[in-house]
Amino acid sequence: MDFSVFFQRAVMQGIPLLYGSTGEIITEKSGHLNLGIPGIMYVGGISGVIGAFVYQNSAGAGGMNPFLAVFIPFICSVLGSLIMGLIYAFLTVTLRANQNVTGLALTTFGVGVGNFFGGYLIKLSNADIPSIDITPTSIFFKKTLPFAEDLGWFGKMFFSYTFMVYLAIIIALIAAYVLKKTRVGLHLRAVGENPATADAAGINVNRYKYSAICTGSVIAGIGGLYYVVDYIGSWSNDGFGDRGWLAIALVIFAIWRPHLAIPGSIVFGGLYILFQYIRSDDLAAQEIFKMAPYIVTIIVLIFISLRKKRENQPPQALGTSYFREDR
Amino acid sequence: MNNVPAIELRNITKRFGTKVVANKNVSLTVERGEILAILGENGSGKTTLMNMISGIYFPDEGQILINGEEAVIASPKDAFRYGIGMIHQHFKLVDVLTAAENIVLGLKGSFNLKKAAEDVKRIAAQYGFEIDPMKKIYAMSVSEKQTVEIIKVLYRGADILILDEPTAVLTPQETEKLFKILRKMRDDGKSIIIITHKLHEVLAISDRVAVLRKGEYVGTVVTAEATETSLTEAMVGKKVDLNIERSLSANTPDRLIIKGLTCVNRDLQKVLDNVSFTARSGEILGIAGISGSGQRELLEAIAGLQHIQSGEISYIDPNSGVLENLRDKTPVQIRDLGVRLSFVPEDRLGMGLVGNMDITDNMMLRSYKAGNSAFLHRKEPRMLANEIIESLEVVTPSVSTPVRRLSGGNVQKVLVGREISSAPTVLMAAYPVRGLDINSSYTIYNLLNQQKERGVAVIFVGEDLDVLVELCDRILVLGSGKVTGILDGRSTTKEEIGLYMTKSTAMEAEENTAKEENADE
Repeated sequence: MDFSVFFQRAVMQGIPLLYGSTGEIITEKSGHLNLGIPGIMYVGGISGVIGAFVYQNSAGAGGMNPFLAVFIPFICSVLGSLIMGLIYAFLTVTLRANQNVTGLALTTFGVGVGNFFGGYLIKLSNADIPSIDITPTSIFFKKTLPFAEDLGWFGKMFFSYTFMVYLAIIIALIAAYVLKKTRVGLHLRAVGENPATADAAGINVNRYKYSAICTGSVIAGIGGLYYVVDYIGSWSNDGFGDRGWLAIALVIFAIWRPHLAIPGSIVFGGLYILFQYIRSDDLAAQEIFKMAPYIVTIIVLIFISLRKKRENQPPQALGTSYFREDR
Repeated sequence: MNNVPAIELRNITKRFGTKVVANKNVSLTVERGEILAILGENGSGKTTLMNMISGIYFPDEGQILINGEEAVIASPKDAFRYGIGMIHQHFKLVDVLTAAENIVLGLKGSFNLKKAAEDVKRIAAQYGFEIDPMKKIYAMSVSEKQTVEIIKVLYRGADILILDEPTAVLTPQETEKLFKILRKMRDDGKSIIIITHKLHEVLAISDRVAVLRKGEYVGTVVTAEATETSLTEAMVGKKVDLNIERSLSANTPDRLIIKGLTCVNRDLQKVLDNVSFTARSGEILGIAGISGSGQRELLEAIAGLQHIQSGEISYIDPNSGVLENLRDKTPVQIRDLGVRLSFVPEDRLGMGLVGNMDITDNMMLRSYKAGNSAFLHRKEPRMLANEIIESLEVVTPSVSTPVRRLSGGNVQKVLVGREISSAPTVLMAAYPVRGLDINSSYTIYNLLNQQKERGVAVIFVGEDLDVLVELCDRILVLGSGKVTGILDGRSTTKEEIGLYMTKSTAMEAEENTAKEENADE
């Protein structure tokens, strides 16, 4: 087995998780545990597919503008996941609904929305197999750097990816920088740790919460878009698997630090595809290997719980609502 | 300077819901360069009033004038703009951030923590604080946290400082240090409002005292012309006897003998280190110490709730005289022997009562094992609940009101009342008057005294040293888990206790600096 090929596949598998967990980390830093991430990523995916499908069919395979072919699905995906984020924010910030219940409901809702539109588009496209072919759009997403081929294994490992892979890493690095080094990041962390304190310090708590939740949702939603349009190139219902939950697990693995989510996502991506290297007739063993990312997460949880280092704990106010005049 | 007051409140009214009126027509003024104390019982609306000045709440009626001009303070941000800074009773600090990060929190402009740290040091030097701007809050002691809070408001250029019960968590020595700093600020032209329950502190620090009673403004007096008695009368509205009757029990057999008790916490640090003492029946043994010196662990160890590493706890049965080893017993067995714990934690409800259950059900938490039937017997607990409400004057709409809805003092009466009702032989009360006003506190002190006269061995963990000195027969002082002294309650002074409280920490600090010096070499 060629390691550079395995590494490359692990990276590509890991990127949706990286988007998802960067989004979730930003959200959790504001004190909101968004368990709706799987649903949001699903909606991000289908929204992009809708955009791609509409543009593809109206422009025709020959007449597609490369910029629009990328831009339209992208903006559709952003809008779709933004709406999901706003729903979650409105329920948990403004109405102070229970975050866990809201998040789980949103996941169920998002998967339902995705499958509904997916089913509708499949019917429209009259395909033989139950999936939507977006290959014409996907071609533009899959453009890679031309010189990667010339660099052998090195090029394959580091330069052979599409722009959305690099975008994910850049977003994660920016998120880490903003959280750690800027005033906005300091304020956001304060909101998630102790909203009453942040409020007393003159920080607009709800604005920070809304912004963080919506930004987080959009980033996570792009992860759904990447998986469908870039990685796979077609949509089939329930095709996204459990990647959304894995993204949430990755947040813990990365101990709430976006830059650690980058290597973390590659590890998770590798563990996620490990089962394919097991003999294909041994289904039981394959299933065991599919559990690997979750087992690793549990082990990480055990370690950070044992060490009890304050900096490695989740934001203190995670999961609680804030109301200023609460007595 | 001109004669315009720094703050003037005119007819401020604040309601919570339709029924609760927290402040009604309050009018008062604070001059520049003065320390104004605000005095009032629990629920008299002191904190609510201050929260309106600092922008946490917004008044329903009335005006606030800052430097003679009407001000609308809708948020803490507005308060900063008017130069108002509040130091809350529960510190508003983010634990995982450093002191400097907490201090610049919420500010705009360029983000430079290094410069902020320098400014913090400069302010600290100006008023005589000691602070390390790069230290994380969770690693700080209570008084260090308070320093951060005060510097935070000074850093924002506050001219009006509001301190809500700043001394509740400090030792007498730390309090004296704080007062020195406050006086320096006053001489610097700042206006300071201080809320406190402790009358002697009001007399020591303030220039004038404003008194609130049940949300209404009673009046302002010049401190120099006031006495403890006159202030209490103004606050309560009637004459109150402020003496604790301390009787001397003739017969005080040993009840609880503790030898070499050592407990460790999860991080394997010793929270109790070789603690030995004897609690006698018919005696109140006070336990003093800076909060977190092992008081909680000590009581829990006796009640069987704490894992004991080494040492012995022996209990002498009052009827048979048999020596029982409590270390091998379960909490239930210890309870059955008559050893009762009533612990009032910071949030008051945490240990002992369930907030969403009513008084009757909370009584049943102690008797749930009684009877053999699968169904609950509510009659007896309800009678007990009614008895407690009557004898301790608990203010509650009915026995079926959830405990959560009662005010702090009443919650504590219910808790202490229940433990006493079971006719204990050892009664451990930790912070039973935490946050209570004078009237309710004295009710509790009298209850403890009654128990003592009945021959109960009372162990009382308290925060107010004045009360410990007045109430207890003997006072055990804990410092970092060690017994630093056992003093006679009748002859000791609070200054002496204060010295013993800081004794071991002072020793440790010296050790640490010695270590650091060695490391530097």
